[in-house]
Amino acid sequence: MSTTTTRGVAASPAPAKVSKDRPRRGLRASSTFNFWLFTGPFLIGLVIFVFVPIGWSLYLSFFEARFTVTPSEFVGLDNYRQILSDTDFRNSLVTFTVFAAFIVPTTWAMSLGLALLVNRLRFMRAFFRSVFFLPTAVSYAAAALIWKMSIFNGVRFGMANTVLSWFGIENIAWLGNPDPPWYWLVIVTVRLWLQSGFYMILFLAALQNIPRELYEAAAIDGAKPGWQTFRYITLPQLRATSTAVILLLLIAAYQAFDEFFILLGKATWGMPPLVELYKMALGENQNYGAGSAGALILTALICLVTLFQGKIMGFGRGDESQ
Amino acid sequence: MSALSNSNWDRRTVLRAAMGLAAAGGLTACGSNTGRAGGGSGDGLVQYFHAYGEAGTEQAIKRYAKAYKEANVTTQWITGNNFEQKLFAALLTKNAPDVFEFHPQIQLIKSGQVADLTDIIEPVKDDFNPADIQSHTVDGKIYGVRMIDDPQFFFYRPSVFEKAKIEVPQTLEELIEAADKLTTSKVKGAFLGNDITTVQNPLIWSAGADTLTADNKPAFNTDAVADGLKQLRGLFTSGNLLLDAPTDWWDPSAFTQGLTAIQWCGMWAMPTMIEALGDDIGIFPFPKVGSAGKQSVTNGGWSMFVNAKGDNVEAAKEYVKWLWIDQKEYQEDWALSYGFHIPPRTSIAQSATKLKTGLPAEGVKLFNEFGHFDNIGWTQAMIAAVNDVMANSVRKDADPKAQLDAAEKKVDTELKKLFG
Repeated sequence: MSTTTTRGVAASPAPAKVSKDRPRRGLRASSTFNFWLFTGPFLIGLVIFVFVPIGWSLYLSFFEARFTVTPSEFVGLDNYRQILSDTDFRNSLVTFTVFAAFIVPTTWAMSLGLALLVNRLRFMRAFFRSVFFLPTAVSYAAAALIWKMSIFNGVRFGMANTVLSWFGIENIAWLGNPDPPWYWLVIVTVRLWLQSGFYMILFLAALQNIPRELYEAAAIDGAKPGWQTFRYITLPQLRATSTAVILLLLIAAYQAFDEFFILLGKATWGMPPLVELYKMALGENQNYGAGSAGALILTALICLVTLFQGKIMGFGRGDESQ
Repeated sequence: MSALSNSNWDRRTVLRAAMGLAAAGGLTACGSNTGRAGGGSGDGLVQYFHAYGEAGTEQAIKRYAKAYKEANVTTQWITGNNFEQKLFAALLTKNAPDVFEFHPQIQLIKSGQVADLTDIIEPVKDDFNPADIQSHTVDGKIYGVRMIDDPQFFFYRPSVFEKAKIEVPQTLEELIEAADKLTTSKVKGAFLGNDITTVQNPLIWSAGADTLTADNKPAFNTDAVADGLKQLRGLFTSGNLLLDAPTDWWDPSAFTQGLTAIQWCGMWAMPTMIEALGDDIGIFPFPKVGSAGKQSVTNGGWSMFVNAKGDNVEAAKEYVKWLWIDQKEYQEDWALSYGFHIPPRTSIAQSATKLKTGLPAEGVKLFNEFGHFDNIGWTQAMIAAVNDVMANSVRKDADPKAQLDAAEKKVDTELKKLFG
């Protein structure tokens, strides 16, 4: 039983249909106009809010820019040298790696698990889908405050401490005391709660996209439902989605800011790159030159990791192999 | 089959759109709400205030602003615990506030950020607490108008101390001992704020050291301060310190709700505390650290500054003069009707009957006897350097002396930038 052949047979008609479907929608006459109509606003936004700031950062990174964003003193690569020799910045990359090692696999597993559960539901499917998706609509700042002030506060009536007290365990200062580093539990769970629902929807869409025939054929071949079909049919069929999900999760982890900033306050530990750069560029130092240099190094790192990940996991090849 | 592939196509489109959304969401997440909606140009003025906790404060500030007839004044009430970062970032933009409250810090003057207010203060200079004039003066020019003085000290309940047979702590050892005796399964002994940084200055002062010397050299890196940090580390790990409270040190809730027996807080919280606990409240300064030290109190407070780089410097100065120099009624209302603050104007302080008796009077006494005012040379970057010392050597187990050395180096760099 080879999964690649079945996949090829079952899924190949779909793209062919797609190309026939499109012209029937009647957009052919003014497709250029429509292209610009729909992408124009987004492109303008992209240029103003993404490309111009990136260009400006590049410019700033070569200047001594303290307390100003229109600097005049050219310093060449000094800012890059400074930021690369800054232990805080290097530590922030370690922090990020630890964070990603926790959050990416757990979110992947959790959202896939939720998707499998919701997908098997016979009733109230829309209800559960909505319930699990709802946290996505909550802001990171609001959720972080709820985690900090009601669930993981250090006093006896905090939710986590109340539960622990039933088992006779002493109150824990989840965020105040970095030893042991309980703060990771708070940070990882808040993000897990916030983003799992969204990735569940992606997995749900992919699950519903797997042709029934595959499972029928597998059943005829004697595959047992449950782990065996999951391992040899569902999981391989979700490969493209999984890759995309992991990629998005990694990028989101790189962009982590809100919950760290709110939960850890004036700590010197647990600073991911964006918080570190924020402190450098927008904190007391207002050093936009070094901050920009750091931002560009971070951007380069994200690009590298993304390309590398695409290489090993085959992102972009997903469509062809289907 | 056709229907099936149609729905296939739709789902995939949905999937792609969803991914696009996710990516876009990631991008927009960076642009958080900066609270700069007001804008700083035109004939209107924009003023920045940090969010005071007492009920009615925001309405009061807006009421004063509304009563001003010469210009339309918009108030930005900045919540969150990083007012200084939001303020500094906003000051660089076109939407910077025209008028803002802050503490006197010399980098704002050296960078030409705040306007010289000597001409509006000079006529009433003698009516101000001399220390409040001195802390805002650089090279003979006065750069800010003090609105309120806020002494900060420890609060405790005498009845609780009596029951536990504890005297008011005179030394840091005694405080740590008291915290140990007062800790029960429900109440922690002491609360120094969630990140402990609020007691960094009193710790330095009580150890007989200072933030800076009179000629602006670092003066906080002493053995006594290092010993004090070691003792605080002991308190932190003892389990007698309230940590991760839902409210921070400036809010009296942890004390009034019985989460802690002793709390570091400010005079502004007295009305709320008295309402909750009646007259069963006492205060004491930060106790002595080591043998050479002297008890200390932080004389904090807030001052009004004018953005010298704004479009409306003259109009902004007029407004500050009108409200914080001329309108004594509003100044008194601001200092005494919500939280309790000591009015920096002698004429107002003298008639402030609310501060003449009981607990507030004791607060004024500590303010006069043990208080340390703002040092204009001690800037935010230096405060941040010592914040790191607190985090690393009290909440983490780093060597205090090494941490103080590192902080001294950072402070030195800042001082070189400011004074050459």
